[in-house]
Amino acid sequence: MSEEFKVEIVNPEKSFLVKDDVSEVVVPAFEGEMGILKDHISIISFLKPGIIKILSKSGDENYYVEDGIVEFKNNNLSILTSTIFNLANMDKSKQQDLLKVAEEEANKTDINDQSKFLADQKVEVLKTLN
Amino acid sequence: MASLDDLKKRIASVKSTQKITKAMKMVAAAKLRRAQESAEKGRPYSEKMNNVILNLSNGISDKENAPKLLSGTGNEKTHLCVVMTSDRGLCGGFNSNIIKKAKSYFVKILDEGKELKIITVGSKGNDQLKRVYGDKIIENISFKESKNANYFDADKVGKMVIEKFEAGEFDVCTIFYNQFKNVITQIPQAQQIIPLNNEEEETSSEESYEFEPDEDEILSNLLPMNISTQIFKAMLENSASEQGSRMSAMDNATRNAGEMVDKLTIEYNRSRQAAITKELIEIISGAESL
Repeated sequence: MSEEFKVEIVNPEKSFLVKDDVSEVVVPAFEGEMGILKDHISIISFLKPGIIKILSKSGDENYYVEDGIVEFKNNNLSILTSTIFNLANMDKSKQQDLLKVAEEEANKTDINDQSKFLADQKVEVLKTLN
Repeated sequence: MASLDDLKKRIASVKSTQKITKAMKMVAAAKLRRAQESAEKGRPYSEKMNNVILNLSNGISDKENAPKLLSGTGNEKTHLCVVMTSDRGLCGGFNSNIIKKAKSYFVKILDEGKELKIITVGSKGNDQLKRVYGDKIIENISFKESKNANYFDADKVGKMVIEKFEAGEFDVCTIFYNQFKNVITQIPQAQQIIPLNNEEEETSSEESYEFEPDEDEILSNLLPMNISTQIFKAMLENSASEQGSRMSAMDNATRNAGEMVDKLTIEYNRSRQAAITKELIEIISGAESL
């Protein structure tokens, strides 16, 4: 029996990525990183800023996301996100730009705790990429 | 009857108008293909989003404490209408169809004695509505600078709507846009986004999900995202419709100009012939009288 399942990442503009030979996906769920293997129980959760790791036979891929929802059902993993970047294609300047925006947001004083937390997360994740 | 010179000038001017409409048609056709593509590519996202929300709202444990974005504020006093139109004209009935749809809705709301607030997206809608409903328009947004519909613009509108909702400025929100069916047909749509009405509620999804964190928290995060998604979908549909509508309008205009040129040419030839005949008669009768 194969240990592979299907993953689909969609952003508002298009279907970003479809892969059906994935062995494991690690997503930055809101309450901590979550590894998903085949035959995982059906689950819905949402994402905080972080790195999605996709492990498959054809190689590992890493994506940076800022928000999103994951749904896993019948060995189909759907990830909906509005902001996603492939780390392999992301250069330093893009990264710096994102970091700058995130830092600005984190330094605002008039935001509520949750958006503050999300902004801090963004800064943290982007810094670790360097 | 117009003189030969006048006719000549008119033919020339109609011909140059025809050239312009022809060029506009071609541009619209090229843009339409792109707009249609992105509208189709955007569909999976909003469909998936709908699915997840449907599953969630079925799984939610106590309906009474459901987020207000889903269940509404409990009363329906103030209605917010987001009317989405284009920034450019010359696209046939595109804008007026949306406005017509919106206006009939406005009349209904006002007749029922409810309060009305309007947000216009796109300058053409604002132009048409401000004459009658000027005092009701609370915001006017226009994305003239952005070439294509993009998610960040939609998100801006979405965030604004949610902000106003949380401030208790309205109870029900409806968006107006044109749904793209094909190049000739665009259907003006009125879609209620707050509270979300799940008319097509399916009971088939019996499968239970694990939620992390719990349903309520996911829902309260998901619903604002859904608002932006729905608005983005409307924007995509709208931009495809706009180009389609413009293309067929310009096609008609080009054809009409062609007909007009033909008619004017016949008139021109006829009056030229008449002048020649008149001169001939004058010469012949002059010769005969000698």
